[in-house]
Amino acid sequence: MANNTIYAFKPVNVGRWVLWSLFALVLIMAPQVFTSGTSLTMLTKMGIGIIICLSYNMLLGQGGMLSFGHAVYSGLGAFAAVHALVRVSDGLWNLPVSLVPMVGGLGGLIVAALFGSVTTKKSGTTFAMITLGIGAMVFSMSLMLPEFFGGEGGISANRMVGEPVWGITFGPQIQVYYLIAFYCFICTVLMFAFTQTPLGRMLNAVRDNPERVEFIGYDTQRVRYIAFMIAGFFAGIGGGLHAINDEIVTAEVVGAEYSGMYLLFTFLGGALFFFGPIIGAVLMVFATVLLHELTNAWMLYLGIIFLAMVMYAPGGIASLIMMNVRVAAYGLLRRLWVAYLALFGTVIPLLLGITVMIEMVYHMQMNVGMGPEMTFLGVTLRVDAVDAWVGALFLTLTGAALFELARREFVHQWSDVQEEIEAEQLRRQMH
Amino acid sequence: METFIVFFLNGISYGLLLFMLSSGLTLIFSMMGVLNFAHASFYMVGAYFAYAISAKIGFFPALVVVPLLVGLLGAAFERFSLRKVHHFGHVPELLVTFGLAYVIEQLVRLTWGPSTVDYRIPDLLSGTLFTVVNLAGDNLQFMAGARDPILCAADTGNTCTQFPVYRAFMAVVALFMLTSLWLLLTRTRVGLIIQAALTHPDMAQALGHNVPRVMMGVFGGGCALAGLAGVIGGNAFITEPSMAASLGAIIFVVVVVGGMGSLAGAFLASILIGLMQTFAVIADVSMATLFQSLGSPVSFEHWAYPLLKITISEMAPILPYLLLVLMLILRPKGLLGTREE
Amino acid sequence: MTQSTSSAGLALELRDVRKSFGKTEIIRGASLAVKQGERVALIGPNGAGKSTLFNLISGRMPVSSGEILLNGEAIHGKKPYDINRRGLARSFQVSNLFPRLSVFENIRCAVLWSMGQRYTFWRFLTDLTEVNRRAEEVLDMIRLRRKRDTSVSLLTYAEQRALEVGVTIAGGGNVILLDEPTAGMSKSETANFVRMIREVTEGKTLLTVEHDMGVVFGLADRIAVLVYGEVIAFDTPENVRANERVKEAYLGSTLADNQAAEAGV
Repeated sequence: MANNTIYAFKPVNVGRWVLWSLFALVLIMAPQVFTSGTSLTMLTKMGIGIIICLSYNMLLGQGGMLSFGHAVYSGLGAFAAVHALVRVSDGLWNLPVSLVPMVGGLGGLIVAALFGSVTTKKSGTTFAMITLGIGAMVFSMSLMLPEFFGGEGGISANRMVGEPVWGITFGPQIQVYYLIAFYCFICTVLMFAFTQTPLGRMLNAVRDNPERVEFIGYDTQRVRYIAFMIAGFFAGIGGGLHAINDEIVTAEVVGAEYSGMYLLFTFLGGALFFFGPIIGAVLMVFATVLLHELTNAWMLYLGIIFLAMVMYAPGGIASLIMMNVRVAAYGLLRRLWVAYLALFGTVIPLLLGITVMIEMVYHMQMNVGMGPEMTFLGVTLRVDAVDAWVGALFLTLTGAALFELARREFVHQWSDVQEEIEAEQLRRQMH
Repeated sequence: METFIVFFLNGISYGLLLFMLSSGLTLIFSMMGVLNFAHASFYMVGAYFAYAISAKIGFFPALVVVPLLVGLLGAAFERFSLRKVHHFGHVPELLVTFGLAYVIEQLVRLTWGPSTVDYRIPDLLSGTLFTVVNLAGDNLQFMAGARDPILCAADTGNTCTQFPVYRAFMAVVALFMLTSLWLLLTRTRVGLIIQAALTHPDMAQALGHNVPRVMMGVFGGGCALAGLAGVIGGNAFITEPSMAASLGAIIFVVVVVGGMGSLAGAFLASILIGLMQTFAVIADVSMATLFQSLGSPVSFEHWAYPLLKITISEMAPILPYLLLVLMLILRPKGLLGTREE
Repeated sequence: MTQSTSSAGLALELRDVRKSFGKTEIIRGASLAVKQGERVALIGPNGAGKSTLFNLISGRMPVSSGEILLNGEAIHGKKPYDINRRGLARSFQVSNLFPRLSVFENIRCAVLWSMGQRYTFWRFLTDLTEVNRRAEEVLDMIRLRRKRDTSVSLLTYAEQRALEVGVTIAGGGNVILLDEPTAGMSKSETANFVRMIREVTEGKTLLTVEHDMGVVFGLADRIAVLVYGEVIAFDTPENVRANERVKEAYLGSTLADNQAAEAGV
């Protein structure tokens, strides 16, 4: 099975059943393994994040459409869902809570149909700017329409409404988790299935060469528009689940921070592979929940990592994994382990040095009242002492120098490996 | 009437500031095909640098020093970061500038804190340039300097509106900068090379011009323009870490509405949006008031009432975006659009 | 050759087509009448406007004036996908493929619309037996079976040109425009390629831009000569070869000089 394509979804059928079953298993078993309250919160958020990031990648990775305002669709879906919840608890609507995310999906779809007709008139950079503008517009409108957006306090609702079906009230978090896990699984399956349909493939064609698409009979804008609406639908479902989980929706869900997070983490996870956004969503929750607690400078680190990724690994973590999987498939991975070791070994002092300096600056700026001492990884440092700064600088510079050496050696060995792989591919083709 | 004149001039000066920003953006886009998402971030950096430096060396020296510093930063970014991403395509270029904007905002927060800083207009420029007096007899009179307390007292029936010195200063600096830019591009050798590299980078390079260096220079120059705008705009409007995000969205609207790649279009759109936003703030009318004046008022219970009751002044922040949407529906290539994706 | 107003039997017709870019007129009244099933080669010196003409016919650019008719129907001013759906397909001088899709996927995309698939997202590609059958068929026609699952970026130049032709004909259009299909190929590659082109365009109307005269004389029923945006000759290869205007356009003053030298001036 000499698969020569680098970026392809491997069509091995047995493997596919195994993978999906594994995915379902992980979704089901995760809260049984990680039982703490924080874990459950995180797992729940991951489920929501996976749906939204996958829907975002429908635009970015599959369609080549960079959107700076995806939160509009997940957010307005959330608002639609929370309003539905309010109506259910007021007795106006007879809708089971488990179907409320579908209202969110419908909301996302309608808004995507509305804004998409205008947005998809353009492509590339202009498209990105339009999504930015519409995102800013919707967020600004949140203050003008308190009836819909609830003003500063947002809209709250109770998810324990309606008749419990099979004893499920959605009171306990674990029940909400399983609802989200269910939607997550179904949506993931559907979004993957989409990639195997004519429209899904034409969307890829539009990404690769929008001009040629027109010459084989397809209206490029129509392809983008329909994909945009489908992505909006799934984003809306994610938003609806968010509404149920939090029981409150405020205007920030349509704001630039959320949009930025979806973009950042989908890209970080990897836009070129279907499973990339799943990795991205998991990282997103880790960063916003855990990293957030560890350090005040987490957003700065995030930005720096993102910059580094765009410059050196634009395919994201998924592509890094797949490149190594490819090397392993040719049996050459063991050759690189020393180079990898050196790489990781030298990057640690570099990162340590940079992090210490950033943390010290933060401490000076933000925690002025707490005195000049701070603890970093168990070590007490005095930010006003020259030693700490000199030490950190020294660490950074030596780390950088060593890392550069290790990096060059690694690149050298990596390209050797790549050459061998290509030679082997040619050899296999000849037969 | 007098308010109209002053508001008009305010709108023009704000529009000129927008043009200072969007012209740099358009130049970079025309030159390199990359839309600098971090452009407004350089504006912000300019404002903060000016705040930090003008306290030490004074406002007028800062006016020269800060743009140079910001320009150098921009050039460095182009050389060490943007250039690496160039061959990946336009989307990664946009993403790398997006990442830069993000990092700049975090660094600004880190360095100067999350709240607004007190970057003030220098005393020399903080007066009133002239006052427009609307005498009770429906007579307009322009008087130099601040409003005369006697003439403008409430019981005289005269209304006075003041036009600040600083606004005029902003407009003057903007015009000066833009004229020099225009002269540079059209009259000097460097400008000719830039124009050539604009449409035919490979040919220009084949002729021996160092196109990468030209690119670096143009990027740095565009950022320097943004920095200058920051110096003069930061104290007139607020200086805080989120200023880049809000202004950034507006200048992108300006660029799309004016037509991507068209300087003249950006100028037109800047003035239009500048005037629109300045005047909108005083327009206390909504669809509901319109209906009311026409004799068929809208009741509170009407489903669309929440929408109809929004006044134009409340809508002021989103007017540029509405213009964007309107443009896209009616005239997708913008007012004077040339370069297409 | 009289110009009839009836388009009976004409696959493609150009009537006084003009195209200006700003003040420069590139196509200055080109007229052409290509019969059904005919193979026409479009030749001319560089800068004559051959690619521009292709762009006008396929809808990539709008005409400044004049008419273009496909099977009797006006297509000037229509969008490229509209024109393609009516049965006209074109290839590009610089391979214009989908770089991140495999060879097979490239062809399949080109087959979809012609087989009735629209913006379908409720059926799997693997279940579309007719589409897949046709795509495999085209794959064999262009002799790229061994590279079926290879990504386009890994193909050789000749393979890419073959795929370019494959994507063009996959939709089953019966008026095919090929823009310099053999450009950059060696002699042997060219010979094979022309054989392949003959096979895949059997029964269809073909209009191809070519510089290689061997290919032109071997492949074409008639030759159209485009010079400075005008069709100065449209006739059988032998007649075109003997045409004075054509000779002058190609050989320029050399002919006049030779004749003068012969006359002893």
